[in-house]
Amino acid sequence: MTVLELKDISKAYGQGAARVEALHGVDLTVEAGGMVAVMGPSGSGKSTLLTIAGSLEEPSAGEVLINGAPLSRMSRNEKARLRRRTVGYVFQDFNLLPGLTVAENVALPLELDGTGARAARAASRAALAGLGLADRGNRYPSELSGGERQRVAIARAVVGDRGLLLADEPSGALDSVNAEAVMRLIHEACKRGVAAVVVTHDAQLASWADRVVFLRDGRVVDQTAPLPGPESLLMPGQTS
Amino acid sequence: MYTQYYSQHDTEWRDAVSVRHALLALLSEGPKYGLQLREEFEARTGEVWPLNVGQVYTTLQRLERDGLVESDGDDDDGPQKGFRITSDGAAELAGWLRTPPDLASPPRDELVMKVLVALRVPGTDVHQVIQVHRRYLVQLMQQWTRIKEAEAESDLGLALVVDAELFRLDAVIRWLDAADGRLKRAAADPPQPASLALPRLRRRVGTRS
Repeated sequence: MTVLELKDISKAYGQGAARVEALHGVDLTVEAGGMVAVMGPSGSGKSTLLTIAGSLEEPSAGEVLINGAPLSRMSRNEKARLRRRTVGYVFQDFNLLPGLTVAENVALPLELDGTGARAARAASRAALAGLGLADRGNRYPSELSGGERQRVAIARAVVGDRGLLLADEPSGALDSVNAEAVMRLIHEACKRGVAAVVVTHDAQLASWADRVVFLRDGRVVDQTAPLPGPESLLMPGQTS
Repeated sequence: MYTQYYSQHDTEWRDAVSVRHALLALLSEGPKYGLQLREEFEARTGEVWPLNVGQVYTTLQRLERDGLVESDGDDDDGPQKGFRITSDGAAELAGWLRTPPDLASPPRDELVMKVLVALRVPGTDVHQVIQVHRRYLVQLMQQWTRIKEAEAESDLGLALVVDAELFRLDAVIRWLDAADGRLKRAAADPPQPASLALPRLRRRVGTRS
């Protein structure tokens, strides 16, 4: 099932001589359970692509469909509901609210969506336990390490069965061990059926994805081929 | 295509990591049989680098000739012949562990050469050449990451080998990214002719083959 579909998306900022085209004719499809990485240098349009996919920004042209529904035909309220129920975001700087405990941070999107406090807390505890953070629920973000904070952000992004995870340089300032843990978690969420888009300039992160799309100057210039089995590496000289 | 890159890499690895020292390391844990040495060698490198049995015995004979290992002494060279490390062998191993490999002079890198040559071939889009290699390298990294995901959690040796490959390939991609950016800037703002740069570099550092 297709969860996210970007059709011929363009985005321009400014007018006349100051006009900058951030994206040009981008097509991208992500199926349930699929993980796509978008790789490109700074200024290639990666973050713009992600904000448009998550309905935080409108494209200048083209259409975004989430679970088959075109965003252009949704009201502001419908889009807000979609963002609360279906889409989870993970950002480089975690974006946790410092005045709320870890469990409250994770429960927040559900409570905003009208889920009762008790049910929201239960879902929050389940999401935290799934990420190895069961004993951190009552702590505040400032009491956690960077790696733990990013795991909380992932818990918040997947809480309550959201089907689409959008991550912008999710392991930003983390060391390689914590970065790997973050990617492993996103990958596991995908195995449970979540569709994920991870934008990054880091090949080690991108290599967790099933498919890597290369963005240059706002255009998709290339993408990886479907993966062969890993045995092609384990038996050197015997593959074709 | 994988065969081509990997057989080349395999040879380089064999040159870099001597089987002699790997065998000495295994014997430093206690006396072992030849067949056992081969099996343990493969297990410790995550079975990424298979070793043929002849290589093990030839190397053991040389180690014995050089006084670095001792055997049970009978004439039977079969898989049940036992070997143990000598004190000279232990000293050789300790010295090798602490001897840095030759990383001082730049290797003759085929990919660097291809990008440099692409700059000189009329009608060649260097960015497209770079992207072909970038895509290939990312695909290799995806495969190593799958191995890490599937097995490396439970196999420390394999996890270390896979990390090494991922960091090595990542470094090449970073160089391609840097080259891409540098060429883009140079196209927008052409630098002074730099025809002397390469001979100067060569004179200064020499090149590893």
